[in-house]
Amino acid sequence: MTDILLGAVTLGLLWAVMTIGVYITYRILNIADLTVEGSITMGAAIAASLISKGVNPYAATLFALFGGMCAGFVTGLLHTKLRIPPLLSGILTMIALYSVNLRIMGRANISLLRVDTVYTALYNLGLNRAMAVTVLGFFCVLGLICILYWLFGTEIGCAVRATGNNPQMARAQGINTKSMIILGLVISNGLVALSGALISQSQSFADVQMGIGSIVIGLASVIIGEVLFSRTSFFSILISLALGAITYRVIIALVLKMGMPANDLKLFTAITVAVALSLPMFRAYLSPVKRSFREDD
Amino acid sequence: MLSVKGLTKVFNIGTVNEKAALKDISFSLDEGDFVTLIGGNGSGKSTLLNCIAGVYPVEHGSIIIDGLDVTKLNEHKRAGMLGRVFQDPMLGTASNMGIEENLALALRRGQRRTLRWGISNKEREQYKKLLKRLELGLEERLSTKVGLLSGGQRQALTLVMATLKNPRLLLLDEHTSALDPKTAQMVLELSDQFIRESRITTLMVTHNMRDAIKHGNRLIMMHNGRIILDIRDEDKQKLTIEDLLKRFGKASGEEFDNDTALLS
Repeated sequence: MTDILLGAVTLGLLWAVMTIGVYITYRILNIADLTVEGSITMGAAIAASLISKGVNPYAATLFALFGGMCAGFVTGLLHTKLRIPPLLSGILTMIALYSVNLRIMGRANISLLRVDTVYTALYNLGLNRAMAVTVLGFFCVLGLICILYWLFGTEIGCAVRATGNNPQMARAQGINTKSMIILGLVISNGLVALSGALISQSQSFADVQMGIGSIVIGLASVIIGEVLFSRTSFFSILISLALGAITYRVIIALVLKMGMPANDLKLFTAITVAVALSLPMFRAYLSPVKRSFREDD
Repeated sequence: MLSVKGLTKVFNIGTVNEKAALKDISFSLDEGDFVTLIGGNGSGKSTLLNCIAGVYPVEHGSIIIDGLDVTKLNEHKRAGMLGRVFQDPMLGTASNMGIEENLALALRRGQRRTLRWGISNKEREQYKKLLKRLELGLEERLSTKVGLLSGGQRQALTLVMATLKNPRLLLLDEHTSALDPKTAQMVLELSDQFIRESRITTLMVTHNMRDAIKHGNRLIMMHNGRIILDIRDEDKQKLTIEDLLKRFGKASGEEFDNDTALLS
């Protein structure tokens, strides 16, 4: 049981990187960006194919980050320059990335069993496999939280937040909203690809299908983090996102342990997200003050 | 200071809904002019403001601010010269961000945004001083999210943001019409005070004839996308609502059809 929980925490830390990326588009930019389904696989594909060709794993992971940023840039261009709605822009990039990822990998699956990964240095220090991933994942998430806290507190970061919150106001304050949307998508998808690179190295393989459903996992983690943990300051929100990703993995580990077939996992996740997203509606419906109309319909 | 020449704006070109909102409009503002812009619904006054601000591209004509032709310039690039307050109090501020963060965004209007921290302690003192003048207690709530403020408070804050950097031109687009009468009066008095103090060149759209007569040194009336009256200085001081209605009838050949303008 402890093993299962520790495994869940480990995996949760790697997915936390992705969750923070999803938060940037979903909450800060106010865009549901489906590019992540492709960019998480892209990160894994770039890292795995480079590492299997003998490239230094740290360099390969950086290339993965860069690849994800490019994917975000493409979605950003489709949305801002060609004026395609954001949801559709994300879907287009996601579909395109499926082919791109197959090209990068050359086949549907790459094994990383007998090669050095970013975790190897920590095994060499005497840590076991799970501990190595946990330690690296922890410091990676911690570092990212600090960097993003700083970034979104800067003048440019504030401009990105204003753009997502009220684009009209942002433009009136001289903010180039198109550039800010592109910037947000670039950062977000970079993080998602980084997460994919870390995940593929910890599970020792990359698969072209591994991104399917990842947006829903990311959203579930964001919502769990927001509901269960603090959201008073931006810093505590970032921490609660990481905790949300871990909690999601723990929940999944527990329901699997209780005997739910693994094939039902995506259905379970989708239902969880649907319920969580509709909570405000149910709360309003059940509250003692009955409304005669609802604002949104 | 502001010079508008032959401005024409047509919506939905080439469709059955084609509508010419501005028809060959020309006028210019002198430094320090405080113009009230009045007209019925659909007369084109808000469209004119939005064209000057760069929200809509224009079909013909030119807009020159301070000798710089801004006709083709993007909205966010013109923003450094302009201060804007909108009709809807929700539009002028970012609700998920704090009062001080909103002010900090406005302070950087027209400047290159960098990776420096988004707000400094020195600024906070400046904001406190400015907010104190509103007498709304906002100076004690600098980090409060703007979404928690009332419409009147948000509009007052937007006004402070719009005038923070002494804009070359202040555009007020019926900025009091969504507020209750008392709050509207407060926001209008504040606007008047700010504008006079810093002698900001201002274009204020209003529905209210009394306000249009009471404030500013010049009154422009629009009808069907054209300017039909332009009254200034002594002539404007002598103006009454009856005069205005009579002159509107003469210039447009119609009765003034706006109840809110007459009744309030």
